[in-house]
Amino acid sequence: MTTATLPTSAAEARGKQSVPFLEVQDLEVEFHVSGTVQRAVQGVSFTLDRGRTLGVVGESGCGKSVTSLSIMRLVPQPPGRYAGGRILLEGKDLLQVPEAEMRALRGGRIGMIFQEPMTSLNPVYTCGAQIRESLSVHSGLSRAAARDRAVELLDLVGLPSPKQRADDYPHQLSGGQRQRVMIALALANDPDLLIADEPTTALDVTIQAQILDLMGDLRERTGAAVMLVTHDLGVVAQTCDDVVVMYAGRVVERAPTKSLFADPQHPYTIGLMAAVPRIDAAIGRLATIPGAVPPPWKRITGCRFASRCPLATEQCRTEDPPLRELSPGHGVACWRAPIETVMS
Amino acid sequence: MMAQITRRLLISIPVLLGVLLLGFGLLILVPGDPATVLAGPMATPEVIAKIRTDMGLDEPLAVQFGHYLLRMAHGDLGRSLISNKTVVSELLAAIGPTAELMFASLIWSVPVAIGLGTLAAVLRGSLLDRAIMAISVAGVSLPIFFIGLMMIHFVGVKWQLLPFLGRGGPLWTVEGLRHIILPAVSLGMILVGPVARMTRTSVLEVLKLDHVRTARAKGLSETSIILRHGLRNALIPVVTLIGLQAGYLLGGAVVTESIFSYPGIGRLAVGAILSSDFPLAQGTIMILALAFILINMTVDILYALLDPRMQTQ
Repeated sequence: MTTATLPTSAAEARGKQSVPFLEVQDLEVEFHVSGTVQRAVQGVSFTLDRGRTLGVVGESGCGKSVTSLSIMRLVPQPPGRYAGGRILLEGKDLLQVPEAEMRALRGGRIGMIFQEPMTSLNPVYTCGAQIRESLSVHSGLSRAAARDRAVELLDLVGLPSPKQRADDYPHQLSGGQRQRVMIALALANDPDLLIADEPTTALDVTIQAQILDLMGDLRERTGAAVMLVTHDLGVVAQTCDDVVVMYAGRVVERAPTKSLFADPQHPYTIGLMAAVPRIDAAIGRLATIPGAVPPPWKRITGCRFASRCPLATEQCRTEDPPLRELSPGHGVACWRAPIETVMS
Repeated sequence: MMAQITRRLLISIPVLLGVLLLGFGLLILVPGDPATVLAGPMATPEVIAKIRTDMGLDEPLAVQFGHYLLRMAHGDLGRSLISNKTVVSELLAAIGPTAELMFASLIWSVPVAIGLGTLAAVLRGSLLDRAIMAISVAGVSLPIFFIGLMMIHFVGVKWQLLPFLGRGGPLWTVEGLRHIILPAVSLGMILVGPVARMTRTSVLEVLKLDHVRTARAKGLSETSIILRHGLRNALIPVVTLIGLQAGYLLGGAVVTESIFSYPGIGRLAVGAILSSDFPLAQGTIMILALAFILINMTVDILYALLDPRMQTQ
């Protein structure tokens, strides 16, 4: 392990290289379930640099969680299978490295926060013990040093009286506190890449804001790259630099956050944004996207969104649209884009 | 923790009273009159009647039970009708061997069962998994006397590898150890099947949970994930099962001790019941019930130690 003790300077050093920090290329993940092949992720590509936050948005079942688990190579195999593509961390393909090396990366250079703080911690060990376990695996700290570091981490994530909390079992903490423990756990070994899979979904709104602020602070302090998986566009607008919108296992739009919100191009993205309730609009029925996400075992020719798309043409139903760059950094997989031409 | 133990002890009192009542009632309902047994086959009806009066057997049942409870409270369990020794001394002589047999049965069967169950869970669907599960089904289905008789037939008589009659002395002597192997193996066998199955199910269940994924995301080795985050959590229901099975084990001890002529509580109980030795039978039933209560209490304490969520409740 070469985990940097001074992540910021290390980040600067690595940032000078031209290779992107994390690059996912044409990732394909399948699940083989009772004779059927379910293609959960199909040709997903994106890059993420140090010190930046990438939001991955989409509905349940769009493949965003599978994508994030793939980076850790934690998709259970079987039934899962990496059918194609590469996941390059500083140029090294994580799908090819030996298991031992992957283990050193998990919890070491890559930290992960999961959605369910209630069930993601082991109920039979104290919070401190679970953090110390990760420390002892990766940094080989002595018992006393690991103990101190665990308390320090709990303090860092804003848990009051961290020394006592370290000796608490997860069931003695609230949901928000447990998620802080999860974050402390993910940060234990100064990761360069932090993957957060719906970190705030199970929390109430005020705690949500606190957790997002905390993650933002930590990113600034450590210079880590953050991948934030969420279905909440509000969270994306608030925290992310870039966004990837996924639909039925595909990236349908990819853009800097500002550009995406100012000028969404894919009909699905536009539909998603219309469905977000607004505090400044008159109360009426919320907009919905008609239809449902196609089931993952269904073979689809053409655009996956065509059956629900108000703008779909014959071409959309027969030919699969590739991701095209409309403006620098703003890509969309839609035959009808740019949408302005359709509207006029 | 102390409060939990105290509460358990208090709950045990009505259970114990119930056991006494049942033991008392059962022996009155079964055929065979203690006075006739004591008087011998040649006794005249007058002698039998006198013995009945002396023993208080002609009094109403409620009064007999009351007397029994009173004597019990003083630690007086009466005298055996057959040997004329005090019941307490008979029980004391038999407790040690039975405790040894229990210990010897548990010490091998629980680790073996948990090990096999975990192995089966980790290698789910493999040939080894199926073999382990087949063995455990066999273990569940075979009656204990059959296993015992097979052991005696092959290991004891045919191959003459181990002794199969009686007790060779305390467990720490070579003879004691040699004599206890066959009874302990056949008695422990009834635990292996259910415990292995439960362990397998429980480990598989736990390995699916979110916190195991967290453990993987921490970069732990597979062994560490299975033992520290899988098996450790999976043990909670397994311990409960072992507690429940302890009842079978006590019942099994009655059979095993009889088959192997092992001088324990179980054989004492069978002998007492068969010969209508009223006081001794009651004494053995009470000891077995006490043992059951004690085992359950141990399980409750273990449970609290294994699952921190139990301690704060």
